[in-house]
Amino acid sequence: MTDNPWHSETLDRVRRRLLQAGASATALGALTGVVALAHAQGAFDWKRFKGQKIEVFLVKSPRGDLLSKYHKEFEDLTGIEVGSEMIPEQQQRQKAVIEFNSGNPSFDVIALSYHVQKRQFAKNNWLADLRPFLNDATMAAPDLDFADFAKGGLNYAVEADGRVMSLPFNLDPWVVYYNKELFAAKGVAYPKTFAEMIDAAAKLNDPGKGIAGFVGRGLKNANVPVWSSFLLGYGGSFIDAKGKLLTDSAEAIEAGKMYQTLLAKSGPPGVAGFNWNESQTLFLQGKAAMWLDGIGFAQPLEDPTKSRIVGKVGYGVMPAGPKAQVSALFGDGEGISSFSKKKGPAWYYLQWASNKTNQTRMLQAAAGAPVRNSAYAAAQQSSDFKAPKEWVECMLKSAAIAQPGLPVIAPVTEFRDVFGIALTNMINGADPAAELRKATAEFQPVLDKSEKA
Amino acid sequence: MSAAVTSPAVRAGFLLRRRRSYRLLTLPALAVVAAVIVFPWTFTVYMSAFDWKIGEAAHFVGLGNYAGLATNQRFIEAIVHTFYFTLLAVVFPLLLGTAAALVFHRRFRGRGVLRAIFTMPMMATPVAVALVWTMMFHPQQGVLNYLLTQLGLPPSLWVYSPTWVIPSLVLVEVWHWTPLVMLIVLGGLASLPTEPYESARIDGASEWQLFRYITLPLIVPFLVVAAVIRTIDALKAFDTIYVISQGGPGTASETINLYLYLQAFAFYNVGNASAVVVVFFVIIVALALLLLHARERARWAA
Repeated sequence: MTDNPWHSETLDRVRRRLLQAGASATALGALTGVVALAHAQGAFDWKRFKGQKIEVFLVKSPRGDLLSKYHKEFEDLTGIEVGSEMIPEQQQRQKAVIEFNSGNPSFDVIALSYHVQKRQFAKNNWLADLRPFLNDATMAAPDLDFADFAKGGLNYAVEADGRVMSLPFNLDPWVVYYNKELFAAKGVAYPKTFAEMIDAAAKLNDPGKGIAGFVGRGLKNANVPVWSSFLLGYGGSFIDAKGKLLTDSAEAIEAGKMYQTLLAKSGPPGVAGFNWNESQTLFLQGKAAMWLDGIGFAQPLEDPTKSRIVGKVGYGVMPAGPKAQVSALFGDGEGISSFSKKKGPAWYYLQWASNKTNQTRMLQAAAGAPVRNSAYAAAQQSSDFKAPKEWVECMLKSAAIAQPGLPVIAPVTEFRDVFGIALTNMINGADPAAELRKATAEFQPVLDKSEKA
Repeated sequence: MSAAVTSPAVRAGFLLRRRRSYRLLTLPALAVVAAVIVFPWTFTVYMSAFDWKIGEAAHFVGLGNYAGLATNQRFIEAIVHTFYFTLLAVVFPLLLGTAAALVFHRRFRGRGVLRAIFTMPMMATPVAVALVWTMMFHPQQGVLNYLLTQLGLPPSLWVYSPTWVIPSLVLVEVWHWTPLVMLIVLGGLASLPTEPYESARIDGASEWQLFRYITLPLIVPFLVVAAVIRTIDALKAFDTIYVISQGGPGTASETINLYLYLQAFAFYNVGNASAVVVVFFVIIVALALLLLHARERARWAA
């Protein structure tokens, strides 16, 4: 028995009418806040947006596939219908720019690669701030557990002024895969510093037997993270606070020299044209002692149908540079279009996509490295979890020392192109200092223009 | 007879009316041309006068984009690469295609089957062809280096070397498109009269003289057609280069098309990309005029 049943009934009726009228998300948020106070139990309800339809725009990748596979589960949970489009990364990035520019994008939720799209999206205000949802007990699911997201991921998702523009989903810190058998044969230990790394690569390099001491990306554009892995360890960075490039600093040049030494002296012939797949092929064949790349390659390396080195792969944390030990980090997440008229249901989708179950599934399916710390323990409990323990440890250690592997700027593709060419030229014998100065001079005006606009 | 009594004035009026109605008939075609060719072209020229990156405001810069291109080392190198690639990718298929046509023009057992096999590369999808060749070019796992070492030759870096990347890409083009040249020349050979050969043989001409003084002059018009088609194809080549080398190593195989793709679809510099298109268009028109001129001359010489 309530003293005044009329009170809450009226409010409920008002709420229903407003819902029918399709009031804007903010008005709705304010009102439901009142209702929540009236009821005094912050009632989060997955069925709240039942009957609505949202469009999500994903990237064709193991992550995109995983989410699409379980969309039905989200629809059953919330009663929200999901329309999804999934296209390859390059095309997704182009289409996103064009759709956002039209001012009326066809999607409510979009997957983004932080290292490429973060600055571009933020500069243009293309994503909605998620703080109103996070701080609203009726909108944030009780098991959201924001503290569970790894720091590296949150660095990417949160802007300097505190706005939360997306929920991170997948992290990709760079690690060193090494062939334990080749290391043991020459009596070399896994390097702890850059100097030891160069040394080990030279010792293990054996062109007569077709074995490279080190392999990594030499192909322009793709190769930039290899160099930035060294740059960060030398204590360098990409840009200063005023937007001036630091890519021709003493640290950057040292990193360039290290890149040149490792790839040109201890790398395989033709490495100037290698992307990750050529590097992977060589490493899989047992023809390379070390391979520096993103963490997501454990599955092919441990697959007996593809790999000749199953069980012999070591997963090493990036060795320490003279100034710091840093793992270059990449990652993706999902955000809500600021143009969307269905931000509420879109937010529900985001929470579901990054929830603990999906993050654990992602790890179990070897579709990526989850942002949620809890996913690692959860996945290891499952009997069909095949990733080696060493890989999991390497992932957790790397994520703890991770920093963005590319500058957070809008023209990042152009950055990768200009510096990528400089790096490829270094493999073919050009002077690192001269190449980096030339590239910096070429790119500074592009950056100035993009930050001014 | 009604025609006999029609006055010239009436007849002229009839003709005029007829011409007018004919003009009406061309309207749909004109509309289509205006919509799909004239408008985009004019718009491209218009866009080339702006400094515009998608997502940013556009500024009018007049001929600024063109001035930038004139001093842009990378763009000039791209033009050089385009010409180098085109030259090789026209000359080699023409030489080999003509030789193949001469062989297949002779009568021998199994000619039909062999001809069919020879034309097969032409039917393959360019991207699939490019992917297969990428694997074959691989310096460690590629079959080409395996063959070289079996022959006792040193392995090559193929598309992974800045010096050899364009010749290696041309190798793919040659493999892919020589059959087309062969078919065109074969058609030419089949249409040749037999009398000149008979009389030349009676006069004691050698096989080489028959080819040099009769066959070659007579098939020149066909060779020009093949050259025009090959030139167009080579100039617009994008898929093979993009898939195999992405313009690399560095910029060693970056043609105008690849540069254009980067500017427009990777960097979103629409204004600059439009200027590149306009320059490329001028180059193509100039080359086309040159080839048409050559064709006219070939026709009169024949």
